[in-house]
Amino acid sequence: MDSYKQILKNGLWDNNQAFVALLGLCPLLAVSNTVINGLGLGLATTLTLVLSNSIVSIIRRQVGSEIRLPVFVLIIASIVTAIELMMNAFFYELYLILGIFIPLIVTNCSIIGRAEAFASKNPLGTSLIDGLAMGLGFTAALVILGAAREILGSGTLFANAHLMFGDTAKDMVIYVIRDYEGFLLAILPPGAFIGLGLLIALKNLIDKRLAKPTTQTVSLSMDPEKA
Amino acid sequence: MGINNMTNNKTLIFKSGWVLGLFSLVGIGLVSFTHSVTHERIADNERLFILKNLRELVPETLHDNDLLADTLQIVDPNTFGNQHEVTIYKAIKNKQLIAIIASPTAADGYNGSIKLLVAIRANGELMGVRVVSHHETPGLGDAIDTNKSDWVYGFNGRSLNNPPTRLWHVKKDGGSFDQFTGATITPRAVVKAVLKTLQYYQANKKALITITQPTNNG
Repeated sequence: MDSYKQILKNGLWDNNQAFVALLGLCPLLAVSNTVINGLGLGLATTLTLVLSNSIVSIIRRQVGSEIRLPVFVLIIASIVTAIELMMNAFFYELYLILGIFIPLIVTNCSIIGRAEAFASKNPLGTSLIDGLAMGLGFTAALVILGAAREILGSGTLFANAHLMFGDTAKDMVIYVIRDYEGFLLAILPPGAFIGLGLLIALKNLIDKRLAKPTTQTVSLSMDPEKA
Repeated sequence: MGINNMTNNKTLIFKSGWVLGLFSLVGIGLVSFTHSVTHERIADNERLFILKNLRELVPETLHDNDLLADTLQIVDPNTFGNQHEVTIYKAIKNKQLIAIIASPTAADGYNGSIKLLVAIRANGELMGVRVVSHHETPGLGDAIDTNKSDWVYGFNGRSLNNPPTRLWHVKKDGGSFDQFTGATITPRAVVKAVLKTLQYYQANKKALITITQPTNNG
């Protein structure tokens, strides 16, 4: 059985649903134009993952393998609809911005993916942690991409924070670049694709550096001889 | 295939059916429970959201009625197009019609529909125009949004005679309204929708005012 630490590392880094599994790209690319939008959708997705993983894990012995997929779909759809109603009631303006992407959490492949690949085979505790880790990994991806696009695109950070944290958060917005004209490409969908590509490249680069630090020193020491 | 095998299959199918049915019921239960807990709050949110938009155009001091109660649903194919039902909110004070706020949709935006609120004083003068929702290009067409530019305030105080109807176009089309750099389609659609709303009010002014005070006339 995986240790909790390994599960967390898996969700946040090794098997990050956005950067490694490349699942849930539709909401990831569409909603990541600001930090707050990304955070809102990320947290809603995380909550869905935790709940669906937990329930699927509890019922994993009672539901036969023939009908497990329709049952998973029923569970996930019910949870997402309930979350949508709650957001509509308590975060109305954020709900208006995230719009169609809240019900579309149902179609985020990473949710049924984790139900099938992990929660249907593991006990409640580890399944819950797995849902949390995968959700937080996805949220991190949304927030990082959102921050990059928001700074590049409009020169701000945490714009519209009051939609999530109430009116006191109105001053949270940081003007990273003063009197910035804006860089349209970063806000538009192509900016999302390019940004995601660069982030995946960055992650792969970091993984490479971490994996073989020895070979790198060797190649460095070879260089002077060649020259 | 023995008889045993078939009965096994049958029980399996029935069992699966029961399990699926059970989960459907539980799912429905969860959703209807959440709905019953939240639906009042959601209705309130929607009401407050519309009211907030309306108040920006017609301040509370100018009317003594419930803006959301005194409304008309209009379907006028000649003015607003076939598909769009337009809500008209009426601001009334001392039983006099002070202003109407119409909610036309400009279907010919650069990227889909632009939903507007157009407030017209009883004398036919514009009190203001606001964009409620749009999908125009960020950084170009979204200058119709009050967060992005002051363009939409340019309608304040305008009427069918100011400028004359033939000048109710963007400058590129020989009219007197500014367009934005790199975006003509968006302001063109908004100007057209506002003009149509003014023309609708002009044509139906009498009816709108008399509906407001049925007792005075009788």
